[in-house]
Amino acid sequence: MARKLRTRNHKVVLTRSKGGDAGITVFLIIFGLFMFFPMYYAIVQSLKPLDELWNYPPKFYVVNPTLSNFSDLFQSMTSSWVPFSRYIFNTVFIAVVGTFGNLVFGSLAAYAVSKIKFPGRSILFAGVKYSLMFTATVTSTVNFLTLSTLGLVDTYWAIIIPAWGATLGMFLMRQFMVDGVSDTILESARLDGSSELRTYWTIAMPMVKPAWLTLIVYSFKDLWNTSSSVYIQSEQLKTFNYAISQIVSGGIARAGVGAAGAIVMLIVPVIVFVVSQSRIIETMATSGMKD
Amino acid sequence: MSENTVQAKQKTPKPVARKDMTKWQWTWKEMKRNYVAYLMCLPFYLIFIIFTVLPVVLSMFFSLTIFNMIEAPQFVGIDNYLRLFLDDDIFIIAVKNTFIFAVITGPVSYFLSLFTAWFINELPPKIRAVITLIFYAPSLSTGMTVIWKVIFDGDSYGYANSILMRLDLIQASIQFFQNETWIMPLCIVVALWTSLGVSFLSFIGGLQTIPKDQYEAAAVDGIRNRWQELWYVTLPNMKQQLLFGAVMSITQSFNFGQIVTDLAGFPSYNYAAHTIMHHLQDYGTTRFEVGYSSAIATVLFIIMIGANLLVNKLLSKVGQ
Repeated sequence: MARKLRTRNHKVVLTRSKGGDAGITVFLIIFGLFMFFPMYYAIVQSLKPLDELWNYPPKFYVVNPTLSNFSDLFQSMTSSWVPFSRYIFNTVFIAVVGTFGNLVFGSLAAYAVSKIKFPGRSILFAGVKYSLMFTATVTSTVNFLTLSTLGLVDTYWAIIIPAWGATLGMFLMRQFMVDGVSDTILESARLDGSSELRTYWTIAMPMVKPAWLTLIVYSFKDLWNTSSSVYIQSEQLKTFNYAISQIVSGGIARAGVGAAGAIVMLIVPVIVFVVSQSRIIETMATSGMKD
Repeated sequence: MSENTVQAKQKTPKPVARKDMTKWQWTWKEMKRNYVAYLMCLPFYLIFIIFTVLPVVLSMFFSLTIFNMIEAPQFVGIDNYLRLFLDDDIFIIAVKNTFIFAVITGPVSYFLSLFTAWFINELPPKIRAVITLIFYAPSLSTGMTVIWKVIFDGDSYGYANSILMRLDLIQASIQFFQNETWIMPLCIVVALWTSLGVSFLSFIGGLQTIPKDQYEAAAVDGIRNRWQELWYVTLPNMKQQLLFGAVMSITQSFNFGQIVTDLAGFPSYNYAAHTIMHHLQDYGTTRFEVGYSSAIATVLFIIMIGANLLVNKLLSKVGQ
C-alpha cells in the first residue's frame, strides 16, 4: 500500500476537492489581475502617442502604438542641463559598485560567521539577525551626521558605503552556508594546509552560487531604486529614480514619458530576477531565523 | 634540566586541555588562533557597526539632548519624549496612522504571500515561475508607484475618476490624494500591491523543501483535505520560513512611508497619511533637530523590535 502511494504524484492522493481547486483558481486570477493591471497600464500608457494620452475618456488599450515616449525620455531630458544618460550612469554606478562591495564583504563575513568557530561569532550573527527587525529610517538622522562628518555627503559614496554593510543578503548567505557547505570538506581542506581565505574562495564560494545571486538581486534592487534625495544634492549626481519622479510631476502631457521611465525602472530588476529566479528560491528554502 | 623538560611536557600537552585554563584564557587563545576569522569579518562589520549599530545607540543618547548639529548637545533628560507624547498632536496622528498601516498591511501581506505561495506550489514549474514573477514584480521597483498616481489622477483623465463619472457615481472628479477619506485606503492598497516581496519568495522556497513522502504518509494516516494537510504537515515543516517571513512582513509594514510620499506628497494633505517615518524625516533631515528626531527614531525602533519579538514568540508556537 505504502509503496503504491509513493509512486504517485502527491497531487492525486485524495486530498484535493474540485471545489477547492476552482476557488483557488478564481482567487489567483482575480488577485493576479489586480497585481498585473498597473503594469499593463504602464505599458499601454508608455506606448500611447501624445494625442491618445489626451483622449477622453482614457482608453485601456492603445490604437497607434509608438516608441516615441521612450526616445523622448532621452531627448527631452537632454535639453535640461544634466543629460539623461548621466542619471542612468549614476544609478548604474551606485548599483554595481554597491552590490559588488556587499557581495565581497558580506560573503567573507557570512563564511567566517557560519564556518569558523571563533569566540563572538554568535553575537556577530545575532546583530545581523536583529538588524532585519528595523529599517534604515531609524538610522537615517545619525547616518546623515556620520556621513557629513566623514565628508561623504553629496558623493556617490554616501549611498555606496552603507550599502556594503547591508544585512539581508549576508544573512541569507550565512543561512545557506550553514547546511549548504559541508564542514567535513572544509576540515579536510584545512588539514591539507589550505588557508581560510583560500578555503573560502576555492571551496565554499563555488558551493553557494545560489546565495550569491540572491545577495546580488536584493542589493542591486535596493540600490537601483535609490532616490538619493537626502544624501545627494548636486543635480549631476542624482539618480534615475529621482529623474523619473521629476518627469511625472510634469502632469498628463508627460504621462507617457513618465510611464516609459517607470517601465525602464522596472525592466532592469525584472531581468535580473528572471535570470536568477530558481537560484533565489533555492536560497530562500534555507531562510529562517534559526541560529 | 630534567625539571624543565618535565615542566615543558606538562605545559604543552597538545592541545592544552580546556579545563586547565580559565574561561578568559581559553577565549583569548581561541581568538588568537582564529584571527583570520576576525579579519574576514572586519570590513562588513565595521560598516555594519558604523551605519546600523552606532546610529541606534547614538539615537538613544541624542534623544536625551537638544542638538542642532552646530552647538554641542545639551542634556535635557526625557523632555523630548514628554514633548513628543504630550505636546505634539501631529506625532499622535503619525503614531495612529503608522499603526493602522502596520496592523493592516503586515498581516494581510503576510497571509497573501503565504496563501499565494501555497496555491501556486502544485502548479507546473514553468507556470509557477511566471505567476511568481507577476506577483513579485511590483515589489521590484519603487518607480512603478507613480502609475497608481496616474490611475487615481485628480482630474477626469484619471482612470478611476473617468470610470466613476461614466457610471454616474460621482458628478465632479475626486482629488483622491487631497482627500482625507481616500488617502489612507489608497496608500494601503498600493502598499499591499508592492508587498509580496522577500517573505513571498521565502514561502515559495520553504514549500519546496517539504519531502513528498510526508504528504503520502499523512494521506495514509487519514488527512482528509488540503486544509488539514496545510495545518498538520505543511506549516510545521516550514516553521523557519514562517518566522523569517513574519520578520520581513512586519519590518516592511512599518516602512511604507516612501509610498505615501510618492503618492500623496510630503507632508500629506492635512497630515491624513502622516506616519512616524515622515515625522522623523521632518525633524531629522529637514529641521535638523537631532535630539527630537532621535527620540522619534528611538520610539520607532522600540515599536519595530517589540512587534517583531512579540509576533515571533506567538508564531513559534505554531504546530506545538
